[in-house]
Amino acid sequence: MTPMRAMVIDDSRAMRMILKRIVTKLNFEAVEAGDGQEAMDRLAELTEVPELALIDWNMPNMNGLEFVTKVRADPRLREMTLVMVTTESEQSQIVRALAAGAHEYVIKPFTEGAMIEKLALLGLVPTGANS
Amino acid sequence: MTLSQSEFNFISTMVRREASIVLAPGKEYLVEARLIPVARTVGAANVNEFIAELQKRPNPQHQRKIIDALTTNETSFFRDREPFSALTDVVLPELIKSRASVRKIRVWSAASSSGQEAVSLAITLQEALPPGWSYEIMGTDISTAMVERATKGEYSQVEVNRGLAATQLVQYFERAGAHWRVIPSLRKNVTFKHMSLTAPFPPMQPFDVIFLRNVLIYFDVATKRQVLQNAAKILRPDGLLFLGAAETTIGIDDNYERVAAGRTSAYRTRNAVPAGAARRG
Repeated sequence: MTPMRAMVIDDSRAMRMILKRIVTKLNFEAVEAGDGQEAMDRLAELTEVPELALIDWNMPNMNGLEFVTKVRADPRLREMTLVMVTTESEQSQIVRALAAGAHEYVIKPFTEGAMIEKLALLGLVPTGANS
Repeated sequence: MTLSQSEFNFISTMVRREASIVLAPGKEYLVEARLIPVARTVGAANVNEFIAELQKRPNPQHQRKIIDALTTNETSFFRDREPFSALTDVVLPELIKSRASVRKIRVWSAASSSGQEAVSLAITLQEALPPGWSYEIMGTDISTAMVERATKGEYSQVEVNRGLAATQLVQYFERAGAHWRVIPSLRKNVTFKHMSLTAPFPPMQPFDVIFLRNVLIYFDVATKRQVLQNAAKILRPDGLLFLGAAETTIGIDDNYERVAAGRTSAYRTRNAVPAGAARRG
């Protein structure tokens, strides 16, 4: 069976490493991008669209919210599950991200267990994957 | 510094006597780790000094703090998920039929800790019940500190990341400084009270659903039986009891039978009228 792919989009290399480690543990193949524009470029090159994207909000060139909006406007990327992973913790920001088309929202700092629970909520990993 | 055998025995005897909790040998490290902050708050130099002082002069207040420290457990919103899905998919649709004349559902979250389970139940009922229905969630815990915390209804950023969907977070919580607070319209349906499961139960109105999860595991068989018998008295005849995944009534209290509830199991008292559950053979 082909493994699922997860795109990890964050301008912090350390955060990309952390997220990559989590998704790899959950049997995803990880693809990295340092900002929204780089992520869009990578998506244009890829023949198979990743099932999941973990997206930081504040990044140079193209921020996470712009990325979510662009992905939602592209029929080829319709099936991607989008999860914001950000320090932006205001209620209004969460509402904005969800309205733009993000499926879930994880506020930094987060634990590995919290991230796995969110992915379980989205049906991308089995419930209890972190137990 | 580690606990001596006699210090561990002193603590385990005390918590067994006061809270019927069994601390098996091998839990010395856990006990010490939980008691370090307690010793600090009462001004003792270390856990050994704290225990020595307690051995000389029994202090009910300090005993209460020890029991609180040893019985407070990590929890999260919608923990284990399946029981909540079972409520939404199977149990509540049946209760909505059978309670049509009263239009009210009562749920008990026993050993409610910091309240995430009770709040998750409130969200579940809020979303599942038709307009015009009401519900009451009662959370009880042996720890007075936890009851106070749960009553406040405030959770940290890390806590709200765990188990809540983002849509639920923005719909049922509001920012309170660095924390998130349960909105008043949800909170008014949830009350928290101090209660020891091992003491005689106070008078309570019967419940349609009881969540008694991950608490029986701490008790010896006689205490488990007593808690289950007391719970049966306040569970409506067609009500359901949910236990933790590693817990059962089988071999402890034959007055219950296990029934399928969605993709998990629940328990009802024998000869009860089914409500949202099919007998599991």
